[in-house]
Amino acid sequence: MKRNILATALAFASVVAVQPAFAQEAGTLKKITETKTLVIGFRESSVPFSYLDNNQKPIGYSMDICMKAVDAIKAKLKMPDLKVELQPVTSANRIPLLQNGTVDMECGSTTNSVKRQEQVSFANTTFVTNVKIVTMVNSGIKALADLDGQPIATTSGTTSVQLIKQNEKGTNVNFKEVYGKDHAESFLLLSTGRAKAFVMDDILIAGLIANSPNPKDFVFLPEVLRTEPYGIMLRKDDKAFKAVLDETVNGLIKSGEIRKMYAKWFQSPIPPKNANLNFPISPELEAAFAKPNDKGVE
Amino acid sequence: MENFDLFGALMQPIMEEDPTQWWEMLLSGLYWTLAVSAVSGVVAFSIGSLMGVLRTTSNSTLVFIGNAYVELFRNIPLIVQFFLWYFVVPEFVPPLKEWMIAQDPTIAQFVTAVICLGLFTAARVAEQVKSGILSLSRGQRSAGYALGLTETQTYRFVLLPMAYRIIVPPMTSEAMNLIKNSSVALTIGLTELTFRTREMGEVTFAFFEAYIAATVIYIIVAMTVNRVMALIERRTAVPGYISGGK
Repeated sequence: MKRNILATALAFASVVAVQPAFAQEAGTLKKITETKTLVIGFRESSVPFSYLDNNQKPIGYSMDICMKAVDAIKAKLKMPDLKVELQPVTSANRIPLLQNGTVDMECGSTTNSVKRQEQVSFANTTFVTNVKIVTMVNSGIKALADLDGQPIATTSGTTSVQLIKQNEKGTNVNFKEVYGKDHAESFLLLSTGRAKAFVMDDILIAGLIANSPNPKDFVFLPEVLRTEPYGIMLRKDDKAFKAVLDETVNGLIKSGEIRKMYAKWFQSPIPPKNANLNFPISPELEAAFAKPNDKGVE
Repeated sequence: MENFDLFGALMQPIMEEDPTQWWEMLLSGLYWTLAVSAVSGVVAFSIGSLMGVLRTTSNSTLVFIGNAYVELFRNIPLIVQFFLWYFVVPEFVPPLKEWMIAQDPTIAQFVTAVICLGLFTAARVAEQVKSGILSLSRGQRSAGYALGLTETQTYRFVLLPMAYRIIVPPMTSEAMNLIKNSSVALTIGLTELTFRTREMGEVTFAFFEAYIAATVIYIIVAMTVNRVMALIERRTAVPGYISGGK
């Protein structure tokens, strides 16, 4: 465990150290025309955004949107036989691989943040995740204030529990933090009653709930602690390429096709286990659909 | 490497609203590392000695119990044992689970870590104690019986005083291993030194600084233990025997 983290740290640090060496090539569209290839970075287990199905083929909500973008690129460059390569990326290497040209766009579940925008760009928002609190139905906890003095689970390395303090209703709530080493373990702390609540991105919790033996035992509290937009990630300062991606996203939103895609991945049974996330469109995502934008979270 | 600033990183406050600096967080982690190591060390020494002795007695049932204990705890990876003690065992023992929920989570994690590390290390101590006893010539045991001592008395007055002195060097390694193994307690959320190091890296992105600071702290602790054990080794050396041969 320790060694893994250190290795990640070293890999991360060396990548950061090498960064200034990459020169910004002329636009991605030019690169695609020259190489006749478009490389898409995908995630192997970001359900339901981008993940591998039983045949090791990447599928998901983000992948569907990206395939529409590929069609648009083919049309724009008049290259119907454009080759599309799929390259798996991780949360640690997605930005470096994008910057050094290994992948041209990343279709996963990447938060569009102001800090990241210093290094990369994002297409218009296609999903919004809310950091929320989940509890057991039978715990009798109905609002944030009920959590006073209770143990609350969070995954180590994340700061989500601190967000409670920043919420106006949570200023007087004193809680005991319990750390799980990953999301599955934090969820286990909740489902075995060792913690009264679990604070995390709602879509991640929805995935855990959908795959638990009794999905009806869990309920979200109404408070939204933080809102984060997701978008397709591309290289910084590439206006022409960004325009193609934005037009694609805006078109999908305008035609309503994006809602069909949403229903397919978030409100229907999906592979590999045919679980249904039962995750309706949030008001925050409705707002992003009403006014498409690429604003990052602070 | 550019931007490398060990002291700057350690002096950073953990949050805007909280003036606590990261070096204080690492020290609080060190406190838990030492607390877990010290208490589980006592557990490991007591149970390990008992099991080690059982394995060398003349009673085959006791030998079996000792051997079974060692094989059970030595053959399961430590990280799995932590998971079992923290998540699985309480599900089968309802009063224990109620107690764990009622406690402050840190206390529950601390107790679990002490039990888990203590029992795991006891298996290794048992192995050392056994080899210490077996390294004595059979004549010593016979001499004890010839003097009319019972088996218990033979162990108490003849075998163990020699065996313990012989195994001081390997016990030094076990003590240092115990301190390093305590970092696995981060998997049950105990905020020990490695947990805080990781946290510092992930929050400040100063991974190098965080891990270098932790490395230095671990080396200081390990060297201190090593020196203390070396002192014990010199003080307890039996002239002419393998340990402390100067």
